[in-house]
Amino acid sequence: MISMPLLLSSSASSLPLPRPIIETRNLQLCYGTTPAIRGVSLSIQEKVVTAFIGPSGCGKSTLLRCFNRMNDLIDNVQIEGECLIGGENIYSREIDVIELRKRVGMVFQRSNPFPKSIFENIAYGCRLQGLKDRGDLYGIVERSLRGAALWDEVKDRLHESALSLSGGQQQRLCIARAIAIKPEIILMDEPASALDPIATARVEELILELKRDYTIVIVTHNMQQATRISDYTAFFYLGELVEYNETNRIFTNPEIKRTEDYVTGRFG
Amino acid sequence: MENHFTHHQQDLAFLKDRLLLMAGHAEGSVNKAIRALMERDGVLARQIKEEDQVIDNFEIEIDELCLRQLARAPLASDLRFITVAMKISRDLERIGDEATTISRRVLELNSEAQLKPYIDIPRMARLALDMLKEALDAFVSRDSNRARLLIPRDKEVDAIHKQLQRELVSYMIENPSTITRALNLMTISKAIERIADHATNIAEEVVFNCEGLDIRHSASALQDS
Repeated sequence: MISMPLLLSSSASSLPLPRPIIETRNLQLCYGTTPAIRGVSLSIQEKVVTAFIGPSGCGKSTLLRCFNRMNDLIDNVQIEGECLIGGENIYSREIDVIELRKRVGMVFQRSNPFPKSIFENIAYGCRLQGLKDRGDLYGIVERSLRGAALWDEVKDRLHESALSLSGGQQQRLCIARAIAIKPEIILMDEPASALDPIATARVEELILELKRDYTIVIVTHNMQQATRISDYTAFFYLGELVEYNETNRIFTNPEIKRTEDYVTGRFG
Repeated sequence: MENHFTHHQQDLAFLKDRLLLMAGHAEGSVNKAIRALMERDGVLARQIKEEDQVIDNFEIEIDELCLRQLARAPLASDLRFITVAMKISRDLERIGDEATTISRRVLELNSEAQLKPYIDIPRMARLALDMLKEALDAFVSRDSNRARLLIPRDKEVDAIHKQLQRELVSYMIENPSTITRALNLMTISKAIERIADHATNIAEEVVFNCEGLDIRHSASALQDS
């Protein structure tokens, strides 16, 4: 049933052949007795954008949250199978979850800046890591804001409240905050769903810039967004991975009828 | 999994209906043009020009319907269908133009005595029309194998066209007074050959619509059939 590309085969695509950075092996997750992810095995490549699509409740956000163990914060969650990041099982006992979340940053649907200044929003995480020097912090803030294409808009108001920014700017600030601690992977859970088309376009443009340095996994309900920004797309249904392939293939000629029905809006 | 027949699907069904109606007009025009030639019927030949206007209007209407659909950002088979519809409508419009070309030449031919008995031209026309009908049937039934099978038949039409050109050249060499009529028949032969080409294009589009596979300019894809 599952259709997966031969990601490391030379015929798979004209894309360069990056190596997998995230791998799940028969991953299963239950909320209490309710299964949310049913035996998902997939490899996500380094420095590409991978989109997760599927109807509400299909397990795509749950799977995303597995990658930085955000599901640990929810009661009564049981996880089986393996989830490897950089070849290391992140559910093994030796894993330091705080360290893991430094490597795997996250941006949420609603922008959630701290009720602090723009500067502090970015410097905060670095301070927690023990960085004190104001000059160093300033350098990180500038680099992160430039990386999130926000620097020019906020460089003269770094000490104003982050809450004074527009929704789109706040979301880019959250992305800047995520990249400040130099993660390897950025997880994005519908990062543009609450933004207007112009702010959405900026965030999408930013994602395309960021993939040069980061691996990005994005959950989106917007098919067109997935076509615009992702290299690979995985379609989930009822907790199962139905089809995983190059984005172009998924949206022009999917192999599985259920994928076809979903992307053409015939169900969902 | 629930299935809905959405407004979007109704619009796609409407687009298909209009395309098939346009195809009916294009097929009808070619039929009439060949009949006008065989029966030396000037009245019928003149009707084709009016028919061409109808086909041109269909092309504009179908482009507009497709653009409206594209603005809704369709995906997968819907996206392929819409791009294919635009291409097929272009082919049908060209087929209508070829029928008009034939009818103009028929009017000129009718002003003189018939150069020769018409044997190859109706045979060619039958082949080209069969190909067109087959391509359209394959489109309606979403049958890519049927579409693939008709593509090699274009070579038969090309062969008759070449043979006819040679024959008409020999007429002209032997007797220069036949030049005008022979040139008109050459144009008609070329028009029929082009109609077969458009039928081939439609067949290739049907394969793309069904399988998402672009077989244009690909001999190996045809050999698969």
